[in-house]
Amino acid sequence: MAVVTRDAAPRVHWLVRRLLASLAVLFVVSLVVFAATQALPSDPAEAILGRDATPERVAALRDQLNLDRSLPSQYVSWLGGILQGDLGESLTRRAPFADALVSRFSNSFVLFAVASLIAVPLSLVFGVLGATRRDSWGDRVGVTVSLLLSAVPEFVIGVLLTLLLATTVFHIFTPVALVPEGESILKHPEAMALPVLTLVLAVVPYLNRLVRAAMTDTLGADYVQMARLKGISESQIARRHALPNTLIPVVQASALVMAYLFSGVLVVEFLFRYPGLGTMLADAVANRDLPVIQAVTLVYAASIVLLNLSADVLTIWLSPRLRTGDVR
Amino acid sequence: MTDHQSVSAPRRRARGERFPTLRRAWRYGHTKAGLVLLVLVVLMAVVGPAIAPHSPTEFVGRPFAPPGQGALLGTDSLGHDVWTRVLYGGRTVLWTSIAATVIGMVLGTTLGLYAGFVRGAVDGLISRSLDVVLAFPQLVLVLLFVSMLGSHLWLIVLLSGVAIAPGVARVSRGMTMDLATRDFVRSAELLGLGRTRLLFGEVLPGLTSPLLVEATMRLMWSIGLIAGVSFLGFGVQAPAADWGLMINENRNGFSLQPWAVLAPVTMLGLLASGSGLVAEGLSRALALVSSAEMNP
Amino acid sequence: MTTSLVRVSDLSIDLPLSGSEVVQEVSFTVAEGEILGVVGESGSGKTSIGLALLGFARDGARLAAGSVSIDGVNLLALPQERLRELRGATVAYVAQDPGTALNPALRLGDQLGELIRAHDPGRTRLEAAARLGQMMDEVGLPTDPAFLRRFPHQVSGGQQQRVCIAMAFLMDPRVVVLDEPTTGLDVVTQARVLALVRRMCTEHAVAAIYISHDLAVVAAIADRVVVLYAGEVVESGPRATVLQAPRHPYSRALLRAVPDLEHRRHLESIPGGAPAPGRRPGGCSFHPRCPLADDRCVSTPPRLLELDDAHQVRCHHADRTAGVAVAPPVLPDLSTRQSAAPALSVSGLAIAYANQVVLSDIGFEVSSGECLAIVGESGSGKTTLSRTIAGLVTPGAGTMTLNGQPLPAGVRRRSQDARRAVQYVFQNPYASLNPRKSILDILTQPLRVLRSLGREEARHEAERALARVGLSTELLRRYPAELSGGERQRVAIARAVACRPSLLICDEVTSALDVSAQAAVVELLRQLVDELGLSLIFVTHDLALVRALAERTAVLQAGRIVEIGQTASLISDPQHDYARSLIGASPSLTPSYADPDSHSYPKEAP
Repeated sequence: MAVVTRDAAPRVHWLVRRLLASLAVLFVVSLVVFAATQALPSDPAEAILGRDATPERVAALRDQLNLDRSLPSQYVSWLGGILQGDLGESLTRRAPFADALVSRFSNSFVLFAVASLIAVPLSLVFGVLGATRRDSWGDRVGVTVSLLLSAVPEFVIGVLLTLLLATTVFHIFTPVALVPEGESILKHPEAMALPVLTLVLAVVPYLNRLVRAAMTDTLGADYVQMARLKGISESQIARRHALPNTLIPVVQASALVMAYLFSGVLVVEFLFRYPGLGTMLADAVANRDLPVIQAVTLVYAASIVLLNLSADVLTIWLSPRLRTGDVR
Repeated sequence: MTDHQSVSAPRRRARGERFPTLRRAWRYGHTKAGLVLLVLVVLMAVVGPAIAPHSPTEFVGRPFAPPGQGALLGTDSLGHDVWTRVLYGGRTVLWTSIAATVIGMVLGTTLGLYAGFVRGAVDGLISRSLDVVLAFPQLVLVLLFVSMLGSHLWLIVLLSGVAIAPGVARVSRGMTMDLATRDFVRSAELLGLGRTRLLFGEVLPGLTSPLLVEATMRLMWSIGLIAGVSFLGFGVQAPAADWGLMINENRNGFSLQPWAVLAPVTMLGLLASGSGLVAEGLSRALALVSSAEMNP
Repeated sequence: MTTSLVRVSDLSIDLPLSGSEVVQEVSFTVAEGEILGVVGESGSGKTSIGLALLGFARDGARLAAGSVSIDGVNLLALPQERLRELRGATVAYVAQDPGTALNPALRLGDQLGELIRAHDPGRTRLEAAARLGQMMDEVGLPTDPAFLRRFPHQVSGGQQQRVCIAMAFLMDPRVVVLDEPTTGLDVVTQARVLALVRRMCTEHAVAAIYISHDLAVVAAIADRVVVLYAGEVVESGPRATVLQAPRHPYSRALLRAVPDLEHRRHLESIPGGAPAPGRRPGGCSFHPRCPLADDRCVSTPPRLLELDDAHQVRCHHADRTAGVAVAPPVLPDLSTRQSAAPALSVSGLAIAYANQVVLSDIGFEVSSGECLAIVGESGSGKTTLSRTIAGLVTPGAGTMTLNGQPLPAGVRRRSQDARRAVQYVFQNPYASLNPRKSILDILTQPLRVLRSLGREEARHEAERALARVGLSTELLRRYPAELSGGERQRVAIARAVACRPSLLICDEVTSALDVSAQAAVVELLRQLVDELGLSLIFVTHDLALVRALAERTAVLQAGRIVEIGQTASLISDPQHDYARSLIGASPSLTPSYADPDSHSYPKEAP
């Protein structure tokens, strides 16, 4: 599938528009994060310190968080700081947390990446198999199992897996991830085993059914019947006719599922006490550690926006209509 | 005038009675299975407290005691009766997830209808706003607001509804854009009907079946979301009984007393599976019915 | 007599799940170099037979019995791999809709090339490329490689169909099956594609099976004709015999329903509807609708009789139709009454979307009690024009007047009375009625809004409206999904007429209907004009229809009216070049057009 280089202008134009749209979304996201944490009617400092806090401590905190300035000014200095890499200090640790954030983020990213790299190809394979062997005995079992697994919340799956593999039935893995603070997960890969397995079991049933549906739709199309009438073999049909048309819905579905995976990763990290961004956020929320909450939320949002942007770029690259300059 | 009278017996292709999708869905095995599960779980959640042997906060034995006298499933981390807490623990998750689903459906459907029908700047504005909501992982959205405002159930319900809405809006918008170009909507337009009457009188009835499918799926997701929030400790607070919370509270004693975790896990699993099965049945029925409508 | 290349014997196709029969013991033969026309309405099984000629059955269908032999080899007895070798190479297929038959994600060249790779892998790339170039030339498409690198959406409908024809002839097949390949193409393109098909079939000496519901198209191309009804062959024979002097009551009824370009005749619809598979009556399947039916027809299915050389009929009463003229008598042409007052007057209408002119300087009048037909191809702007008059589209310039009063442009700016006075019937009967509403609701809604009637009154009016269009009031309880296309369209007309409009606009209202339903609707419209004194604007691409219906006709090309005048004189003596080519390209059954060699088609586009 060679990329058509003529008529690149409309595509570049579209790409720039999408980029600007993404930036606009991030901007509004930052407003929402700010509003949800600092622009509340009640005093954030009191909420953080609790009822028993002395007025001096409240005042000190307000000063530290710049809460006495006007809201727009607060927002500008906060956002400005973030963009320059100054995330502020963690209120619980009383120290900058940027390094910790990076370390946790990379751990979460590794977990997410490994889970995706296993789950997406598996889903593709199962989905295509399911579509080409529709209504066979194996397909029916597969669909029912997928259905049940995809309905169940991922921490439930995680708990059942822990039961099965770590505590009661077998004892292959440890029920929690034993990774010292600050160290990269890559030095302790066995700690990823259960979390990754849980995530894969949470994602594959759902994504594989989306792929199966997209593939089934494609296989039912008129051009597939026409290819059969031309005497093209079934395997050729699946590969050359069906697959290219299935890729776009699959890319969109994968992006959707991966965005949903972010929530899943959070819960799974918490379950297995995995040192990632999710547990960082959970701890921060429990302690009302304002700067950390704000920074982590922004990181999540930026990741999703980037993910969607990539999916859109991939879609346009795969779509003949859009490639030939016939942009929406 | 009656030259061209059609001979009786018009084509009986699709019986035009009400609710063809529901009737069709009923025929599937998994719809029935799903409904049975749902009914079971709902009954248990609603009637449970009335038949519970103890109070959910009553001490019936030492922590993590195995099943035995007075404690059908043993005790939890604080010595409460697990069976009682299971009977009490479904109410919150049920009403909150149903409420969140309703909020999400109403919000999402309305936004999608207007975005899909009016198009242009209104569509742009609505779609961008939905993109902003979608930029947050659902759980993170809830946690963000809960962090400073507190773990109020109404807040969690509201936020979950808002988190669900964009998905519904996308479906509703897509279908509205499709239906809005159909001639029967143009036909109603020729009567001089206003936009609201067109949307709710002509377009919305065509959306009910897909939205029903969406609703059951969203219910499934919101159960997961809300239970997840409770599991993290930010939902219903101890010592109240809640399945999500129970899983978290008792997981340290997993090897000693698995029932304290397994019981709520099972209930959540059954609840989610039940709505998932019903959603699947409805979805298949919808596909069949709408393809029959398309190809007369 | 050449030996038959294709021999279909007692072919039966059924639907195992429901047990109904789609095709029952159909037999026919096709010789080398011969084109067999297979005529039938939807539900007659013609598409299934077409696919069976490649040994193919659709999902859910089964080739239950009989044989399909090509050059002595029975396809139905072959294993899958052997069948695959034959498909595309020995027997080829041209589908009805090239837009969906071509894979949108693959380049045209790839879709053609894969045939060579699958059936003749020994050819080198150069040889394959040369063959493709040769094929492109034959079908009249550009031969430069850049064309083959395009995707289907980058070429026009007519070009897509030519590519499909090229695909069919690429491997030098012995047999080609064409399933309504010109449906959806406009008249001029259709004529060109028909001429191309005829030329390719003759030059390559293939046995061709041309499936269509359009008798006029079959008349233009076939050597022999087979008429299908309810899954059976009811008549077969040479084209001239079957299409001018058929003996089976169904064939005869079909001919009476087909409009004639040359003369105005009364179009007779066939009462009732064709039965769906599984609902076929016992005895002769046509008896519920047949004027000659008697007890024998109800109880005993007739066998296929040989009338004379090569002419067969399946009817107990074939003897009674011998020598009886088929066509109903010619009627005098419609013409505008001198005294008629203008109902609608349009002047200077112009619309442009995004630098493209859709309509420019449109002006005409319609008198009360008169029908004006607006004829044009797709893209001529005829739908936009009709929607502008209806109020769905606002023009950039121009004025409209109705019964002497100015008619505002958009429907919102019109008074309730003006909305009532102008009514519109849409093209697609499957989309113009809200599937969620009952027929009663559909009919009463405009009555309550535009005539401010109460519920009871509206119901009465709805019943009257249904009766007026010839439908039973029993339908009020039903939903659109339960009605056939023809019935739905009549409900749409009833809905419009119940409002007592001055002007009724019909936009291609018969395009989605089969011949009999079309006849019923056209005659109904004419009746309504005569009885109610309605003015009617009838938009269509089918010139033959306008003769039966309209006093005056306007020809639209690229947004302009190029000719307008009395229908009869416009058709017999067109002045404008475009009008002339349009009329020349319209297929018709009248004897002088039934012989394709006497016909002059517009030249194929380079």
